[in-house]
Amino acid sequence: MTGGKVQAMAKSSAGRVAVLHVGLIALMFLLQFVLPQYHHTNLARIMVLACYAIGYNLLLGYTGLLSLGHAMFFAVGLYATGLGVAQFGLDPLSGFLAGPLAGCALAVIVGLVALRTSGVAFMIVTLMFSQTGFLLILYFGDFTRGDEGFVVAEGLRRLAIGGMTIDLAAPAVRYNLALALFGACLFVSWAVLRSSIGRVFVAIRENEERTRLLGYDTWRYKLLALALSGTMSGAAGGAYALLFAYVGATFASIQYSIYPLLWVLLGGAGTTLGPFLGTLLMFYLIDIASGLLPGYLIVVGAVLILLTLWFPKGIVGSLRARWLTWLP
Amino acid sequence: MSFGPHLLLALLEGSVSAFVLALTALGLALVFGVMRIVNVAHGEFFMLGAVLAAALAGLFDLPPAIGFALALLLSPILVGAIALVADRLILRRLAYEPEATIVATIGLLFILQQSVLSLYGPDARSVAAPIDFRIQFPWFGYSGYKLIVAALAGVLLMAVWYGLKKTKLGLVMRATQLDSEMAQAFGIPVQRVYALVFALGAMLAGVAGVLIVPIRQAHYLMGLDPLLLSFAVVIIGGLGSLRGALMAAFIIGLSDGVISVFFSPTLAKILATLAVALVLVFKPAGLFGGRAQ
Repeated sequence: MTGGKVQAMAKSSAGRVAVLHVGLIALMFLLQFVLPQYHHTNLARIMVLACYAIGYNLLLGYTGLLSLGHAMFFAVGLYATGLGVAQFGLDPLSGFLAGPLAGCALAVIVGLVALRTSGVAFMIVTLMFSQTGFLLILYFGDFTRGDEGFVVAEGLRRLAIGGMTIDLAAPAVRYNLALALFGACLFVSWAVLRSSIGRVFVAIRENEERTRLLGYDTWRYKLLALALSGTMSGAAGGAYALLFAYVGATFASIQYSIYPLLWVLLGGAGTTLGPFLGTLLMFYLIDIASGLLPGYLIVVGAVLILLTLWFPKGIVGSLRARWLTWLP
Repeated sequence: MSFGPHLLLALLEGSVSAFVLALTALGLALVFGVMRIVNVAHGEFFMLGAVLAAALAGLFDLPPAIGFALALLLSPILVGAIALVADRLILRRLAYEPEATIVATIGLLFILQQSVLSLYGPDARSVAAPIDFRIQFPWFGYSGYKLIVAALAGVLLMAVWYGLKKTKLGLVMRATQLDSEMAQAFGIPVQRVYALVFALGAMLAGVAGVLIVPIRQAHYLMGLDPLLLSFAVVIIGGLGSLRGALMAAFIIGLSDGVISVFFSPTLAKILATLAVALVLVFKPAGLFGGRAQ
């Protein structure tokens, strides 16, 4: 199905789509009152990670660029916020803003170089840049605490607004802030898809040559897509540092570049709800497997292979192709 | 120790790792050259070679030399068999489509690595070197086994070189590399050549893993460094160019050794990964590739 068709259908059923998306946010809001504590924390984490997946999907799903190095954008946000709050005395709000800003800046710098390539070369260049970032974190271990990481102290995670102090460590605050960020990312991703810019992204995914022939500067649009993607990944990283208080080099490793790819492929690349669904399913799949096997990450490999072999559209993508053609 | 002996030690260490790296990277280069796919699981075949060697050497109560010889023989065969299965079950079904293959080999990486973790455990295991002698320099002693590793790797490199250039099988591989459709039209069983090349590539990494295991220990996470360095070699040397890959292996192996000894191993890896990215962007044919792909 071409991008144009998807667009047209999304428009003709905007009402249903709005109900679905708002309904999901409402459902997530209500769930906090019934979930036991363990799943309450999990879901807050899943929503923050889903923001990372949504950011990744802007690049892979909409624009068709497969990055193997997105951990660098998540990690740069994580460290910008984490170090900003823990070392440079930023308050949590400006500390959080440092996350998306750092993600955006790194994405533009990386994009200026990496977007000269495409396809397999782009995958390897992003993989290598991200690995360079990971090694730099280890190299400056005195400052970043390397592999071991550091904890953002609870006292630093208090937000003073007016006369009120909001404690980010409180589970209810954490859940609702994660939900707010998730809602914002979901809305942005939907709005981008409906905008003229989003249509150019999809056009690039479907046929870059033709898009260029139609007079679009595809290079600039790809840079924009990467910048948006990096900003959102950085925001997810920043939120993670504040809400879950741990900052470590693992989040910059190859594994954390593979995760968003896996989440997005499982949920459905190029769909608005797929990234969240994929994150949710994989999180619990890994959680269950970790109780059964020492090498529980084998499910990551198995799911990746099953998806490429038999299920390339992912869950929401397959639903859309078969039955729910109005899904964005 | 003063600068001169220090440099000699760095160069010795660098040459040994260069030989092993050349062997590993040759496997990756062969797979990329003939099949046009990037095998992200290549480092795991290296790891499998090492882990299987450690397991085999410990299996029977044999003298170290015989146990090691057994491992050197059996371990690459097992690695090759695993690669054949992966090719048959995964890569062939994807018709070797480049982007899907990368994602699938990432999956394979996780499966192999995590299976080893589950079956073999998280501990690093060492294997006694089959021979134990030291070469005594005026400033330091150097393990004789390391020099034997370099020599063995050199012999294997030459054997592969000879096989590719002088045998009928090599001719068939080179024909497939040049134009797989035309090769098929001339009756070359391209599918079988692909399966064979994938297994051979994995076996080269597996042999390198066996050779390294008495020097470094066998561990389920040991595949990442050889993977990244092999990428560096293949890309800097020029994708699909075997001669370029050999030259790059020595440049990277030696500089890795020297930088690791004088500065830090992490810095050496940072420079290697950065070099790969920049070469791929600004000189995609590689530095010694000759012809552009």
